Amino acid sequence: MSDPHRIVRGMKRMILQMSARAREGHIPSAFSILDILWVLYDRVMACDARNGAGSEKDWFILSKGHGSLALYAVLAERGFFPPSLIEGFAGYESPLGGHLDRNKVPGVEASTGSLGHGFPMGVGLALGLRIQRKAGRVYTLIGDGEANEGSVWEAALLASHHGLTNLCCIIDYNHSTDRHLGLGDVADKFRSFGWEARVVDGHDHEALFRAFDALSVSSPTAVIAETTKGHGCAMMENEPAWHHRFPTEEELETMLRELS
Amino acid sequence: MNMRGQLVETVSSILETDERLVLLLGDIGVWGFRNAFERFPERAYNMGILEQATVSAAAGLAISGLIPVFHTIAPFIVERSAEQLKIDFCYQGLGGNFISVGASYDYAALGCTHHCPADAGLLMNIPGMEIVAPGTSSEFDRLFREAYANGHPTYYRLSERENRVGHEVLFGRATVIRRGGQATVVAIGPVLDAVMEAVSGLDATVLYYTTVSPFDSETLRQNAHSGKVLVVEPFYQGTMTRSIWEALGPGKVSLDCIGVPRAFLTNYGTAEDHDKAVGLTPEHIRERLEDLIDG
Repeated sequence: MSDPHRIVRGMKRMILQMSARAREGHIPSAFSILDILWVLYDRVMACDARNGAGSEKDWFILSKGHGSLALYAVLAERGFFPPSLIEGFAGYESPLGGHLDRNKVPGVEASTGSLGHGFPMGVGLALGLRIQRKAGRVYTLIGDGEANEGSVWEAALLASHHGLTNLCCIIDYNHSTDRHLGLGDVADKFRSFGWEARVVDGHDHEALFRAFDALSVSSPTAVIAETTKGHGCAMMENEPAWHHRFPTEEELETMLRELS
Repeated sequence: MNMRGQLVETVSSILETDERLVLLLGDIGVWGFRNAFERFPERAYNMGILEQATVSAAAGLAISGLIPVFHTIAPFIVERSAEQLKIDFCYQGLGGNFISVGASYDYAALGCTHHCPADAGLLMNIPGMEIVAPGTSSEFDRLFREAYANGHPTYYRLSERENRVGHEVLFGRATVIRRGGQATVVAIGPVLDAVMEAVSGLDATVLYYTTVSPFDSETLRQNAHSGKVLVVEPFYQGTMTRSIWEALGPGKVSLDCIGVPRAFLTNYGTAEDHDKAVGLTPEHIRERLEDLIDG
């Protein structure tokens, strides 16, 4: 079996090259969530490129749409579209943009980019699956910065009130928001909203798998993933200046070496 | 039956026949829909007072294959949740139904927080949004049944006030009420009664629009040979201007419009008081029409 961390490093190299070529993209946000997405798509979700429309399938909504590079890398790796699509990232005619478009990209379930939309859409999707007696689970990922939005907490309230046990909200807690509006104890907040909350190391694949695979049977499940923004590249890690910039040739070389 | 009563009748009856329909209320109309809640606890919800998440959740329901219908007072659907309508429905290309009440100033005494004369104009700026302004309860029933499952996001603008007589309107089509030679009056939804009183004895065509967007350009083109058009609109004055110009072409029309002026209407009173203040009265419409004909 191939080493998942090696695969993730490979996807990071691909993301760096995509972003450098296009001079666009939110790289540290993508690196923050890549382990999470890989565990979901590789081991947890019933959802594959060939059998995507099955009534039992699981769903993923990337609410923090600026993490798009990570989802593109994972979907390409899982065969939802040919890796050649990646080459044109952010080009005028490319289906792959800085944020996600469900009508352009196979495997993307929701168009996101403005924060605080994907999570409540996930709540409606989970409710809709329950109404139709469909077995699929809904995973949605928000950022800690995104949790500044009031609609996130509206969604949290709705999900527990309606007992959506088929819903899992992953909080990419990379503390990017600490410098302006600290979220504090996110697990405690979700628990007080009626959720079961689990705190895990967001780069530990086994811990993530355990947190995602068996959801609470009595409430929606929040997985607070402690992550590092820019994980894996020392130059970018927790460095706000990197939030929306692309590497120079020299920087790219350093980072690719670090990830080899 | 008023439009709100009709809303309950129409939506409750479709809940019986179409398993895809899901009703979401913004904590209004709860008493009216009490039977629906009892009969369809899985498809009728009082969501609470969180319009942004409700519109997004409605989009999630649509992604799952269902047809959401969300109902609350106009400003809370349109203005508070404008971005959710824009992205979650229009940009994503999902179908859903948004039914407001209150119109421009039905709740005059409640003040400007509950007015929404901007709704049609704001939503016309979101590509793909359909806008319907029925003039009677029966027209709402016809239009909703025709369009609710058409796969597009559609806004229904209900009012506490309606015309005396309903017409057999069709979604996306204007109705020719009468023909005349000297001017054409475009009447939108619940202003039709005032317009009909105003045109009495004048040689003018009256076109009745209950679908604001998509706009029926064809019917206007075929019935505006005088080149003089007066729009009477129940929302911000000028909202329809772009549609009229696009239909008739620049320089081809002498256009006037009567609607709600772009100002906060900070007086209270009744909707009728506001009609008088803004000039949405038969007398004022007639005066402006005569000016247009003579001008």
